[in-house]
Amino acid sequence: MAASGRYLRKCTMSTTALEIHDMTVAYQRRPVLWDIDLQIPAGKLVGIVGPNGAGKTTLIKAALGLVPLASGKVEIHGKPYHQQRQAVGYVPQRESVDWDFPVTVRDVVLMGTYGSLGWLRRPGRSEHAIVDRCLQQVGISALANRQIRQLSGGQQQRVFLARALAQDAQLYFLDEPFAGVDAATEAAIFKLLQTMRSAHKTVLVVHHDLQTVRDYFDHVILLNMRLVACGPVETTFTQENLHLTYGGRLTILDEAAEAMRQREPQR
Amino acid sequence: MTPTIALSSDAWILLTGAATNVACALVGCFLVLRRMSLMGDALAHAVLPGLVIAFLLSHSLSIVPLFVGAAAVGLLTTFLIQTLHQYARTPTDASMGVVFTSLFALGVVLLKKFVVGHFDVACVYEGSLELVVLSETICGLPRPLFTTCLVLLLNLSVLLLLWKEFQLSSFDPALATTMGLSATAIHYLLMTLVSVTTVASFEAVGSILVVAMLIVPAATAHLLSDRLAAMVAISALVGVLSAVLGFYAAQYWDTNIAGMMTVAAGLLYAVAVFCSPRYGICSTVLNNLKVSLRVVREDLLGMLYRIEELGSARQMTSAEARRAIGGGWLSRLGVAALLRGGHLRRAGECLQLTPRGRTEARQLVRSHRLWETYLVEHLGLPLDHVHEPAHRVEHFISEQMQRELEAEVAAPEQDPHGRQIPD
Ligand SMILES: Nc1ncnc2c1ncn2[C@@H]1O[C@H](COP(=O)(O)OP(=O)(O)OP(=O)(O)O)[C@@H](O)[C@H]1O
Ligand SMILES: [Mg+2]
Repeated sequence: MAASGRYLRKCTMSTTALEIHDMTVAYQRRPVLWDIDLQIPAGKLVGIVGPNGAGKTTLIKAALGLVPLASGKVEIHGKPYHQQRQAVGYVPQRESVDWDFPVTVRDVVLMGTYGSLGWLRRPGRSEHAIVDRCLQQVGISALANRQIRQLSGGQQQRVFLARALAQDAQLYFLDEPFAGVDAATEAAIFKLLQTMRSAHKTVLVVHHDLQTVRDYFDHVILLNMRLVACGPVETTFTQENLHLTYGGRLTILDEAAEAMRQREPQR
Repeated sequence: MTPTIALSSDAWILLTGAATNVACALVGCFLVLRRMSLMGDALAHAVLPGLVIAFLLSHSLSIVPLFVGAAAVGLLTTFLIQTLHQYARTPTDASMGVVFTSLFALGVVLLKKFVVGHFDVACVYEGSLELVVLSETICGLPRPLFTTCLVLLLNLSVLLLLWKEFQLSSFDPALATTMGLSATAIHYLLMTLVSVTTVASFEAVGSILVVAMLIVPAATAHLLSDRLAAMVAISALVGVLSAVLGFYAAQYWDTNIAGMMTVAAGLLYAVAVFCSPRYGICSTVLNNLKVSLRVVREDLLGMLYRIEELGSARQMTSAEARRAIGGGWLSRLGVAALLRGGHLRRAGECLQLTPRGRTEARQLVRSHRLWETYLVEHLGLPLDHVHEPAHRVEHFISEQMQRELEAEVAAPEQDPHGRQIPD
């Protein structure tokens, strides 16, 4: 009995890419995400949907250990994040970096390989080969030696994607990869996401265009300060859930958060 | 005491100035890129109590205790600024202001109370590059040169060793951290290097000018480079150049050398602002000029072609033609360029198209009329609204675009005014 239980657990472990347990995240003690509890099966394209300020970016940052958790835990393929760094790739919101930085497209994509190199080791021929492949995959080989300011918004987004590919992770977090790109680039990015899925990668994508959610994603996470729903698109992406997500902020949560900021003793 | 290696005093001063500049530029690049230029200023002030305490504990002004004191206070400063920002929610610039002025004040108080006489306070501000040769020697080098060389080597080896970590954590600290290359660790390391560098430079150039040496060559290099390695190399070069220029200028005007080196760096920065290929004012002006000249030149060609097309025997004199395209020196330049390029020739007073000029003109007129046709057919603009936009656009239509336009319009033989579109 016990043996089969362990066996079962092992099975779910290997097929659950991301598991968040009872997670609360706070900035300066003011919670912005409440009691998030969710499981994402491996090999799915997952949309993260919610209004501005819903905490989508915060969810990603918390899962990546970039902001501390007030409570709860995050597991990636059954292990805490710091044991799984190499398995996780991250594409930040485009405006989060300085595009005047003196690096070329190639330099930025090469950064994707730094994680597997670790401290001190330098990128060599094999890393450069990876970069070539990833540049080609997103269709920007011709721009490899451009400084990154001299790219259009869509091309900049592709650079980030190529860098993520170079990370060769199992689980990806993409923060608004479709923001400010034209239809052709959007289609290209989506095709890339499908390729990643067929390589059995799990990809979580913050997405704002509700029209395309059904076409793009297998799973959806509906978020607005708390988890509204999480599950397969067909059953989860319903009018009712959308209404709950976008029907305004829950003022009671805001009030409670403010009260906590003021009263709760600092830990 | 004079150095054991036989060099003129000028050479020692120059070497010291250049080494200081390069040591500062190496770390300065990363301050500039992380938008923390003022951290250099803050650290240069904040390390004072560290120096005083190191002196009090070790009873000497030897290098090691001073470096340790500087590094320790540098780390403390960084930590305090970070913590005030995080927990007291003071904006970073304000917490920086609070921390470094407080620490500096503490340093001044300690200095006055315990060590009057050992430190020349004015010297801390201005440095004394002129007196380099008079200082004690270490390993055959004057002491200020020895310390800066030591720091230069330190900075260089840390950068070489942790190049990719510095690059990534400056560009995208979040990614660095998720990869396990702690951006915070690199931040503290950089701040330590900056503290030690400023302290090493005090003796030679003082605490105020060292800030300029951290920032100005780096900012100059940022304007001139597309790659990080190039930026660091150029900043070092600018450092050396400003040391040399400053030294000779100071001799010429008989004034403070370190000050003059900083002025020279400032001038180099100004030159970069004007001449940088990407952001430079000169290149923008030059570019605009090039475009204007091209437009004038092409307008001239188009006009002469249209006159020929009308079949009138009348020809334009050079003066008439210039007036027709707006006159002024630009039109003069345009005519000259066309004559030189063999597109026009003079026939007495008059201007004539050469076969070569005619070919180019035909393409321009073709672009113009195709565009007019396109506007009428696809945008539904009335006839009297299409000349102006076509006149503006014709200069920028490539052969490729011509072909695309041709495919788009229904009748690529005639323009909407009923004139023939030439091939
Ligand atoms: N560093 C921070 N310090 C304090 N509060 C923050 C910080 N970052 C975000 N917040 C707050 O946390 C909440 C969630 O922010 P988050 O950036 O996660 O939203 P989002 O869903 O990604 O929004 P958007 O769609 O605009 O990107 C917001 O109310 C925001 O004001
Ligand atoms: Mg966001």
